[in-house]
Amino acid sequence: MNRRVKAAPYLFLTPAIVLFTLFLAVPIGYTVYLSMRRVKVSGLGLGKGARQEIFVGLDNLAAAVTDGELWAGWLRVLGYGALVLVVMLGLALLFALLLDSAHVRLARFSRIAIFLPYAVPGVAATLLWGFLYLPSLSPFGLGFLSASAVTFSMANIAVWGGVGFNMLVLYTTLRAIPRELYEAARIDGATETQIALRVKIPILVPAIILTTVFSVIATIQVFTEPTTLRPLTNAISSTWSPLMKVYRDAFVTGDLYSAAATSIVIAAVSLVLSFGFLRVVRGHAFGEES
Amino acid sequence: MRTKLLGVAALVVTLAAAGCAAPEAAPQAAPASDAAQATPQGPVKLTYWTWAPNMDKIVAVWNQEHPDIQVTVSKQAGGDDAAAKFLTAAKAGNPPDLVQAEYQHLPSFIAADAVADLKAAAGAAQPEFSEGVWGQVTLGTAAVYAIPQDSGPMMLFYRKDLFEKYGIAVPKTWQEYAEAARKVRKQDPDVFLGTFSSKDPGAFTGLAQQAGARWWAIEGEAWRVNVADEPTTRVADFWGGLVKEGVIDGMPYFTPEWNKALNDGKLLTWPSAIWAPGALSSNAPKAKGKWAAAPLPQWRAGENHSGFWGGSSVAVAASSKHQAAAARFAVWLNTDPKAVELLVKEAAIYPASAKGQQALTEAPDYFSTQPDFWQQAATVAAGARGFTFGPNVGVTYNAFKDSFDKAVQARSSFSDAVRAMQETTVADMRKSGFQIAP
Repeated sequence: MNRRVKAAPYLFLTPAIVLFTLFLAVPIGYTVYLSMRRVKVSGLGLGKGARQEIFVGLDNLAAAVTDGELWAGWLRVLGYGALVLVVMLGLALLFALLLDSAHVRLARFSRIAIFLPYAVPGVAATLLWGFLYLPSLSPFGLGFLSASAVTFSMANIAVWGGVGFNMLVLYTTLRAIPRELYEAARIDGATETQIALRVKIPILVPAIILTTVFSVIATIQVFTEPTTLRPLTNAISSTWSPLMKVYRDAFVTGDLYSAAATSIVIAAVSLVLSFGFLRVVRGHAFGEES
Repeated sequence: MRTKLLGVAALVVTLAAAGCAAPEAAPQAAPASDAAQATPQGPVKLTYWTWAPNMDKIVAVWNQEHPDIQVTVSKQAGGDDAAAKFLTAAKAGNPPDLVQAEYQHLPSFIAADAVADLKAAAGAAQPEFSEGVWGQVTLGTAAVYAIPQDSGPMMLFYRKDLFEKYGIAVPKTWQEYAEAARKVRKQDPDVFLGTFSSKDPGAFTGLAQQAGARWWAIEGEAWRVNVADEPTTRVADFWGGLVKEGVIDGMPYFTPEWNKALNDGKLLTWPSAIWAPGALSSNAPKAKGKWAAAPLPQWRAGENHSGFWGGSSVAVAASSKHQAAAARFAVWLNTDPKAVELLVKEAAIYPASAKGQQALTEAPDYFSTQPDFWQQAATVAAGARGFTFGPNVGVTYNAFKDSFDKAVQARSSFSDAVRAMQETTVADMRKSGFQIAP
């Protein structure tokens, strides 16, 4: 009996452990293994035995870390990400507060209208915007896909698709706030704007942090928009974002080993950025006193 | 399940080897592979990756005549993605038995040890093909890595009606082409004579071949890599100068914008390959009957040179269990008169086989106003020259896109972009350990 009780927790954990091992631990392990290998060709590289896999240790990783193109990619993504984060979350917050305010009309319709773009798949959204951006097809004129504008054009797609989701997260949190708080504020003479700034936003902070972390991770992984737009313009290179470089290495130039090494660098940067951000704002996020 | 299948397969092979006489010399790589087809274990089943339209109809004819070798077509998306997909599948150990391989990607397949040497089963097909085409599937070695299927000699396609409207003669030389480009711009600032696409390395390769480029060559046990040779630099600077001058557009091919320009008569020429009628009829349906074909403009008046854009072969996977059967099918598909006729009619390709080319008579529907289309094509094809492709064309082509994207965008030097291609290609080959001739 005692023995059974001891075994029970492990039994319940088994599905999670098996899934974690199969679909997370093993692929990660394999990526690390691949990142330490390379193909070595001899002579012309044709025919049997001209090609073998060798162990190169941390060579690939060192090459990935010191690759200027990868860091240039990070810089591009940083600029793009800053734009997306500020505009998308700013708009999401604004819309959430407007929808929650006492004087709003057509609330249900507006909510759905703002949320709807989130339901459009990324590739479809990008193609749709891409056609609008093309100079000769666009009803708005020229230059959306030029080198100087392409970052803004891409950020616009991400904002269009992402505002609705983030707004919904914030809006739901707002609806959960007890109405009595607003009543108390009104009795104290606060205007709607003051209530929004002094009552609602402070309560929203944990939700804002949550949406920020999600958005940071999504931005680091930006791939669909630039990849889909690339055939339409010559302003996006095959290594525009770090993930695009992984794709190029693995499937265009056939170097899985470098791709694996770069993936590890990207994972490390994502971890540092998202956990670093959480650490900085920990006190606010979880209501802990630091 | 997998172990069980392997077991069965092993049993079949053993039984076959024991039970029947030695088949026609099978390649050493796959002993007894051919034998399986002669057993009463049921027909050999082959899978075939291709993007040629209506290939299933052609294969159905083979399947009916050869109950012992049944081929299943798996339709693929074409282009560079298809090559990447095959290489990945080969690495993962589950490639198809047969695969459509563009000539430029075949060396990468060979270098990855992903395709079989078909010399024993298919060497006899050599007389069916011209020397140039056959060289593309042997790389000048003793092996035969694929059976040629179609070929893409380049021609100049132009808007006949608009040439008349703007008073332009069909350019015989590239100098005349440049003059015509300036003339068109002067008459109508909304119209370009042509565009340079930084997304289509294949087109640029063909133009470089026409000028006499030889990007790769095998010298003994080493590769000679010369992407930035004189002819290539000349071609690059020619187009770079026109783009910089603003008389040739920098819009990529095969975009919605390009389709619109073709349909609206804003682009007057397209230096493309012989498969262009198919592309034009789907991308510019409105302009049917208004386009005509002529030989590419020449670098020196009176010459008759062309290059190749595209063209593909049928290769057999190195890990296929039925290499000999697969080779038999590949030879039939690309040399049997009935099969080649079907390839032309159903798949709308320009066949690589010499007899197949001669059999073409009726001009493509889109070019119905030009009854001598195929005679023109034959003349062009006779003067087309290719070169041996290297083992890392994917890298070179990607470098083309990246460096020419920038060059077109900034209207900067195209020959610098060509040098970037050379450096990237050599660096990648060195990294892998290929021997490179000094």
